[in-house]
Amino acid sequence: MPCAFDTVDLPTFVGEVAGVDAVVLPAALAAFDCRNNRLALLGLMQDGFAEAVAAASQKYGAQRIGVFIGTSTSGILQTELAYRRLDPVTGAFPPDFSYRTTHNTFSVADFTRHVLALAGPAVVVSSACSSSAKVFASARRMMAAGLIDAAVVGGVDSLCLTTLYGFNSLGLTSTRACRPFDVERDGISIGEAAAFALLEPVPEHLDDDAVLLLGIGESSDAHHMSSPHPEGLGARMAMQDALATAGLGAADIDYINLHGTATPSNDAAETRAVATLFGSSTPCSSTKGATGHTLGAAGGLEAVICALTLQQGLLPAGLNTQQLDPDLPLNYLLHNREQAVRRVLSNSFGFGGTNCSLIFGRAG
Amino acid sequence: MTHPASAAPSLTVYVEGIGLLGPGLTGWAPGREQLAGSTPYEAARCVLPLPMALPPAERRRAGAVVKVSLAVGQEAVTASGLSTARLPSVFSSSSGDAINCHEICKALASGDRLISPTRFHNSVHNASSGYWSISSGSMATSSVLCAYDGSFAAGLLEAMAQAAVDQTAVLLVAYDTDYPEPLRSVRPLPDSFGVALVLAPQRSERSLARWTLAPATCLTAASATTMADSALEQLRASIPAARCLPLLRSVATQDAGKVVIDYLDGLQLAVQVEPC
Repeated sequence: MPCAFDTVDLPTFVGEVAGVDAVVLPAALAAFDCRNNRLALLGLMQDGFAEAVAAASQKYGAQRIGVFIGTSTSGILQTELAYRRLDPVTGAFPPDFSYRTTHNTFSVADFTRHVLALAGPAVVVSSACSSSAKVFASARRMMAAGLIDAAVVGGVDSLCLTTLYGFNSLGLTSTRACRPFDVERDGISIGEAAAFALLEPVPEHLDDDAVLLLGIGESSDAHHMSSPHPEGLGARMAMQDALATAGLGAADIDYINLHGTATPSNDAAETRAVATLFGSSTPCSSTKGATGHTLGAAGGLEAVICALTLQQGLLPAGLNTQQLDPDLPLNYLLHNREQAVRRVLSNSFGFGGTNCSLIFGRAG
Repeated sequence: MTHPASAAPSLTVYVEGIGLLGPGLTGWAPGREQLAGSTPYEAARCVLPLPMALPPAERRRAGAVVKVSLAVGQEAVTASGLSTARLPSVFSSSSGDAINCHEICKALASGDRLISPTRFHNSVHNASSGYWSISSGSMATSSVLCAYDGSFAAGLLEAMAQAAVDQTAVLLVAYDTDYPEPLRSVRPLPDSFGVALVLAPQRSERSLARWTLAPATCLTAASATTMADSALEQLRASIPAARCLPLLRSVATQDAGKVVIDYLDGLQLAVQVEPC
C-alpha cells in the first residue's frame, strides 16, 4: 500500500501489518510497549504457537529452551518519537520513555522470553536482513552443544523512520509495490513482520509433513557495507555450505525462496550466485512482492513460507513482476504452481555483506 | 542437524589471543599487568586508534564502534598467529554506534529528515562486523548479537558453542561506546570499551588459558565474580563489555577455578578456568 505510516512523506509503498496499534501488552510487561513488541505479541499469539512452546516448556523445562530473535531496528521507533517530545528547555526525554525495554536491540528477545515464560539463554541476532535466518544457526549450535534442548527462533521488525528514510537516502526504495526480477525493478518496499518457529531435536517418529531443518550456510562478502558482491560470491558460498551441511546436491533442491529484494544489484548478484550452483531450471521466486522486505524479520518469515510450501505443495509466485528481466536467467515463477516438494532453500542477505542460506525438508 | 543432549561435545576452548581497549586500558600486554595487580590501574578516557586496515574513505567515516572493535579484533588475531581469512567471528554489543544513532534520531525529529547514506549503513548493529570483514578480507561467517548488559556473556556462549560444535577457532569481539545526551541519561555508559578473544577448540603453544562450560550447570543463579580493585570493579559494573574483566583477570593471574559473569536477570554464566 502507498506509505501512510506515521508522518512519513516519502513516495514509497510499505507492507504495514493491520491491527498492530490495537495490540495491548500484558500489564506486567507494559514497560515493553512499542510497535515492535506489539507486533511480536501479535505473532506469538498466532497458530497455537504460544501453546506449542508451553508444551515444550513442560517437556524440557523452561530453562532448557533458548530464545533467538532476529531484528534490525527493534523498538527504535519509540526513540524516534521521543526525540520529537524532548523538553524544549532541558532537552530531556519525556518521563514515560523506557530505553531498555523498547529501543534496545535486545528488547524483543527479552520480551519474547517473558511472554513465553522461558528461563533459558536469550539473545538477539542483529545482522541487518540476514538476522532471522542466522538465528537458526545460533540455535542449532547451542542445541548441539547441549546447552539447551529446544529453541524459539524468529524475526520481528516493524516500520520505523530510520529504515524508511535510510533506504530512501540510498535510492533503494521503489515508488511502487516492489517488483523482484522485473526488467523495470527499481527498489524495495519496506514491510514489517513477526515470524516464529520452535526447534526441537528430531524425535524417533515424525508425521510426514513435519518440517526438518536440513542445512545452514553462512558467509560474509568482505566487499562493501551496502552493496552486494557483484558476482554474488558470498551468497554462493552460503548456498554451497547449506548444501554441504545438509549432505545434498543442487539437484536435490525443489524450490528456492530467493532473497529477491527487487533492487537492481541484489537480484543481479543473486542470479549469478544461484545460476552458478543450480543452473537455470530450479523453480524459484521472491515472496517480497507479497510481503515487502521485512528486513530483520525476512529470514524468519521466509522460513515459514518455506514450511508452508513443503506442507502444502504450493510454490508461491513472485507478485507484481510484469516482465522478467532477460538478464536474470532463472526459472522464476510468475504463477503459483501446485507441486509436491521435498526440499527447499531460502536465501537471506544483508548490509555489511552478511549471507545466510537455510535448507528445509519434509520428513516424509 | 540436531543432536540429542547426550551427544554434546565437551564445551572447552583455549584462549589463543586477547585484545583489550578501554578507559585506562591500552592493550592486553599492559592490561595483563594491571589486572594482575603488578601495575596500578588508573581510570583514564579510552583512546581509540584510527582503523588503518580500512581503505581511506571508510577510515574517515569510521565511528567509535568501528575503531574500538577493529583495534581489539586485530590485537587478538595477531596474538593468536591465526589467519583472518577463514576465521569465523562473533560481534556482540549492547548498543551499537551510539553517536550515529543520536544523529539519526535528531535528524528524523527535525524539519529536514534527510539522512546521509553513510549514516544509515553505519546504523546497522553489524557495522563493525561488516568493516571487519572488509578490512580483513574474511568471508567466514560472522554472528552479531545483543543481550543488553549480558552481551559479553551471550557472545561468549555463542563463540564457545561454535568453537566446540563446528571445531573451528572463533574470534569474539565485545564492545560498547557511550551515548551522547539525551540517550546518555537513559543509558549512562561512561566510555568506550572493547575486548576480543580468539578461542580455539585445540590447545596450541600460544594458549593462555583453558575455559570450559559444563552444559548442564554453567547457566546458574550464582552471583557474578567481582574485581577486588575498586576502580576495575566500577569499570566492570558500568560498561557491559567490561563484564569480561573477571575472566581476563583469571588469565592474567593464571588462576584456576570458577568465574561467574553477568548474563541475564537471574541467569549468570559460570566458566571453569585453568591456566595453560
